[in-house]
Amino acid sequence: MKNSETGNLARRKFLAGMAGMAGVSLASGVTLFSFAAAKEPGQAVSSKVRWGMLIDINKCADGCDKCVSACFEENGIDSTGNPATDPQWIRKVELRDPNSGATKSLPVMCQHCAEPPCVDVCPTGASFKRKDGIVLVDKHTCIGCRYCMMACPYKARSFVHEDLTDQKPYAPRGKGTVEGCTLCVHRIDAGGIPACVEACSDSAGGAMLFGDLNDPASEISRRVAKYATRQIRADLRLDPGVRYRGL
Amino acid sequence: MWPLGYKLLLAVLGMAVLVSGLPVQAADRVPMPKVPKALEKTEKGHAKLMRLKHMDLMRHQRDETVHKGIRTKQYSLKACISCHAVAGPDKQPVSITSPKHFCRSCHDYAAVKVDCFQCHSSKPPSSASLKLPLTKQIQGFLRR
Repeated sequence: MKNSETGNLARRKFLAGMAGMAGVSLASGVTLFSFAAAKEPGQAVSSKVRWGMLIDINKCADGCDKCVSACFEENGIDSTGNPATDPQWIRKVELRDPNSGATKSLPVMCQHCAEPPCVDVCPTGASFKRKDGIVLVDKHTCIGCRYCMMACPYKARSFVHEDLTDQKPYAPRGKGTVEGCTLCVHRIDAGGIPACVEACSDSAGGAMLFGDLNDPASEISRRVAKYATRQIRADLRLDPGVRYRGL
Repeated sequence: MWPLGYKLLLAVLGMAVLVSGLPVQAADRVPMPKVPKALEKTEKGHAKLMRLKHMDLMRHQRDETVHKGIRTKQYSLKACISCHAVAGPDKQPVSITSPKHFCRSCHDYAAVKVDCFQCHSSKPPSSASLKLPLTKQIQGFLRR
């Protein structure tokens, strides 16, 4: 087992080197990343990949909610006029140090844990973790019991209280089921990046970085290895896939 | 009380109204649903297979898609919806609220309730008009 694992690692390093060479000859950084992540439509996701996100809080501006509005736009989330029960896949949280008065602002969404408690408590198996680390709700089997909402320490999940119409074709949502950040799984499967990360482009702060945490050559892995980053409530040992720098 | 003759006459008239209210194809004895034609040419045997098995094929595909991320066009609900789109009076695809919708044309007839569209969109994206060549239209949003 151990031998095969090290064998895989060596092979991955070799492939990563190949990708780097291709990048030099192509001289095209953007296509290089999507090329490395793209999968065929008929190909199943594999545990060789672990999708994650790195959020640099120092670049996250107070009062900027471009990531939140991009998420709502992408997934067709409209306010029902009832803020207490409106779905909240991603939200901006303000932190304030009472001693110094320093404030920080950061986006919080489903942290896509490696050991998700929402999956542990689900009585129907609707809450599940995909092999590539994305934690999702299979709404076909969700009975709306909301155990997962109680179990999640990040308050990342919402319940749909009202009838919906005109949902996005790639983001089905319906009354009576629990939902949460899907990491824009429909975009990832097509080789893209989540809508929030796209909205937080360099011109908008560039605080969010999306990538494969299992690939040592990926930009996110290099930054996680180089800088001190933190997971929220790391003491719970859920190993979230979303990491924060400057927290 | 009305005489028996009146009652019989009323019953016959009632039946006539019922039968003529249903969509009848040609001069069939049994009224059949009027199913809208697909926009793209399908492979041979597609209609027959789907008539019998669409629920099983789509349920299988749904699990493959949700759990394994397999998003092939075949048996995907999005592909069904785009190819079987029906234009309303405004040349835009109708939603499941219209009795002309492809799924409803048969499900209404068979009195089988379909709950897919409580969550799923019952029409192609609003940006895609039926005036567009369909292959482009399908490609556009299947790429998502």
